[in-house]
Amino acid sequence: MSAPDRGEPEARSETRPHLPSSGFTNVTGGPPPGAPKLPGSLNANRRLSQWLAFHADGRVTITPGKVEIGQGILTTLSQIAAEELDVALSRVTARAAVAPEAPDEGVTSGSLSTQDSGSAMRHACAAARGIFLQVVAQRTGIPVEDITVDDGIFHGPAGPIGSYWALADAALLDCEAPAEARVKPAAARRIAGTSVPRLDLPDKVFGAARYVHDLRLPGMLHARVVRPPSRGAALTALREGPLPGEARVVRGGSFLAVLAATEWDAETAAARLAARAEWAERDTLPEQAGLPDWLREAAMRGERSEVAARGTPPATVSRRLKRQFHRPYLAHASIGTSCAVARWQGEALEVWSHSQGPYNLRADLAKALRIPDARVTVRHMEGAGCYGHNGADDVALDAALAARAVPGTPVRLLWSRAEELGWAPFSPAMLVEIEADTDAQGRLLSWRSHIISNGHSSRPGRAPEPTLLAASMLAEPFPVKPSINPPMAGGGGAPRNGVPLYAIPHLAIETTRLLEMPIRTSALRGLGATLNVWSIESVMDELAEAAGEDPLAYRLRHLEDPRAIAVLERAAELANWAGRSKREGWGMGLGMARYKNSGAWAAVVAEIEARERIFCRRLWVAGDVGETVNPDGAANQYEGGAIHGASVALLEQVRFDRRRVTSDNWDAYPILRFSEVPEVTTSLIDRPDQPFLGAGEAAMAPTIAAIAGGIHDALGLRPRALPFTPETLAAGI
Amino acid sequence: MVQFTLNGAAVTLDIPPDTSLLHALRGPAGLSGPRFGCGTEGCGACMVLVEGVPAYACTLAASACAGKSVTTVEGLGTPDAPHPLQAAVLAEQAGQCGYCLSGILVSAAALLAKTPDPDEVAIRAALDPHLCRCGSHNRIVRAVRRAAREMAA
Ligand code: FES
Ligand code: FES
Repeated sequence: MSAPDRGEPEARSETRPHLPSSGFTNVTGGPPPGAPKLPGSLNANRRLSQWLAFHADGRVTITPGKVEIGQGILTTLSQIAAEELDVALSRVTARAAVAPEAPDEGVTSGSLSTQDSGSAMRHACAAARGIFLQVVAQRTGIPVEDITVDDGIFHGPAGPIGSYWALADAALLDCEAPAEARVKPAAARRIAGTSVPRLDLPDKVFGAARYVHDLRLPGMLHARVVRPPSRGAALTALREGPLPGEARVVRGGSFLAVLAATEWDAETAAARLAARAEWAERDTLPEQAGLPDWLREAAMRGERSEVAARGTPPATVSRRLKRQFHRPYLAHASIGTSCAVARWQGEALEVWSHSQGPYNLRADLAKALRIPDARVTVRHMEGAGCYGHNGADDVALDAALAARAVPGTPVRLLWSRAEELGWAPFSPAMLVEIEADTDAQGRLLSWRSHIISNGHSSRPGRAPEPTLLAASMLAEPFPVKPSINPPMAGGGGAPRNGVPLYAIPHLAIETTRLLEMPIRTSALRGLGATLNVWSIESVMDELAEAAGEDPLAYRLRHLEDPRAIAVLERAAELANWAGRSKREGWGMGLGMARYKNSGAWAAVVAEIEARERIFCRRLWVAGDVGETVNPDGAANQYEGGAIHGASVALLEQVRFDRRRVTSDNWDAYPILRFSEVPEVTTSLIDRPDQPFLGAGEAAMAPTIAAIAGGIHDALGLRPRALPFTPETLAAGI
Repeated sequence: MVQFTLNGAAVTLDIPPDTSLLHALRGPAGLSGPRFGCGTEGCGACMVLVEGVPAYACTLAASACAGKSVTTVEGLGTPDAPHPLQAAVLAEQAGQCGYCLSGILVSAAALLAKTPDPDEVAIRAALDPHLCRCGSHNRIVRAVRRAAREMAA
């Protein structure tokens, strides 16, 4: 499948005054001056031996720097490797990334894995194949053109003449990747482009110990954190008292944790300790009820900048529409809680983590612990599904701090559900103001918008100070800086998808990044797109209505991009949009976007039913991710993204009072359950000769837009704030 | 000491009596299938079968299972001899991260044991205690239907 990873941008800090000592090497480092440009992450990680190795027993290992976060990337990369090497897929094993051994591919995010890692792996494997063939040709005197490779065995005109396995020890890959490599043409592919089953799924179906949560090291202790009762609270006193199972307390500044031999004892001890801790608390959060007002007001003190501008304002305008849209903070809400295992040996720290960016985490751990990077090793292990910058990095520092009390002993630290839903970074609340002008025929003349939000990235490894949660709670704390936005070239953060894809002569898009951050924010699937796509599509629906046109026809007449047109038409066809009939209490809507305006396309038709609340009953999803390495995997990502979008649209909102996040359990932060999940029909347009684009994030935002359109169709009202609950629908903004 | 039957074999665990079944299973019993998600009966990641009936292992005291039979996803089948539901989840590719699957599989097994041919509504109702954040729901429902067909054949 195509880059089906999720979460955030391959962003670089805009405000970073100087380069951090590490964690950035693949991004800002790159090849020596004058070296030829290599595809994807290979450009900055140029040694072939970093990417793959052959073994005498007939196996190939690939070692990508991108990590499995539930999106199937290891399967995709294995397919690409098997294809280019001409070996059976079963011979290929993908190893989880280890920093500092694996190629530094930054963060697995932004739907960029197949682009960054897949194109690198394809080139590296094609190059490796070429090098081996050269050597065999030299040794046998048979010209390269006359040698074929069949499941790793080299054949000349008269039969087998060698294999990868026989040459495995010859160190042939200890070299820089050549600029030229003969990558297979699309028509010759047999493994890439097919829906091979996910390689990691069997373990998960049989309950095998595959997640970092399952790691059991000899002598390992279990740790839990005792969180402050509210944000910004300082630990002032801790009463002495007995703890179960010889549990021991780790305290530094306002970081408080407990270690015990069993999980049960650790949890019991943490509960007792919490009752003995005293904290100085204060109000640090805005009024939730007035969130849009707070955003507006904080924006006056924020950093305003231009996102896109083109053309000149129209001289005459027939109709002007002015609208505002709002969304609340959103939580990752993974089913598993964040977990890490840490072990100190002398001055060296080893961490097992489900982080999206092992190198980035390594850099921030070193900064927070005030030790050199070289002393830190981060080993990736899978976690529960990851949809962006969640608590995975934070918990790694928690584990490292707890483990420092017991040198030589591995410590497993697991977050509670309350920590996961209450303390992980959130996707920021946003407000967008749009003004659109049309002529007398309804054609768009001008589009102006202002997108207000906290930054959408506080990823580790990118700033001089660590961004990990506990870093601000240490005895010598690090400051918490307001989150940043990746540059528009990387897809942007808050303004992601804020520039309409439609043909509009005059555009002026601006954004304001807030410089105060009462609630820690970072990247979650789609970033600003979850609000921007819906707000644009809502205005399009309203303009279509004003012009007396069908929403589909109105969009089509403002589109020039043939692939956008194709997905819209495909979705409309799947849903029988033209033949839809009106039913009391039911409605249909549509939404379309090209993710980041540079990634995959998705168009969605939603059918909703309005009862005591809104239910989404069906979704028809059309997509285009260019070349699909694993079509079923890509479809799975589109389906998952669409259902995630439906959940965000209908239910999700982080709740808080002036001191704490109160939606820290599943009752207070509900997500869609089995009986509420819509039926989803997905159709992907395969374009084998087009570059791969990520599938993970494309469908989510258009789904929200489509549901909003369906609500209008059913009820005659246009939602102005997420989630589309009876309360927000009644209140407007 | 707590004694019960775990996936068909007798086990004796030396644990404090109020230890949750989930901690007992993941700790001294050495299993990884039952997963922690919330600890408050909100997500179903920890679901196991006690005497064939789905139970939240996160809130159930291990001592309450004394003398009873407990089945986890490991007890449903193995790669060599998968339960039809496990085979069906693989056939439908009904998972992304897979973290929710251990609990869902045991609930589905209990459903099919009681109702061999459940309709879609019954399947969704039986799985409603389970959260899946990756959006694999519809594939999982298809997998349950497929398993029901296989088991009837
Ligand atoms: S862990 Fe038991 S229901 Fe969530
Ligand atoms: S597959 Fe990830 S939670 Fe269900």
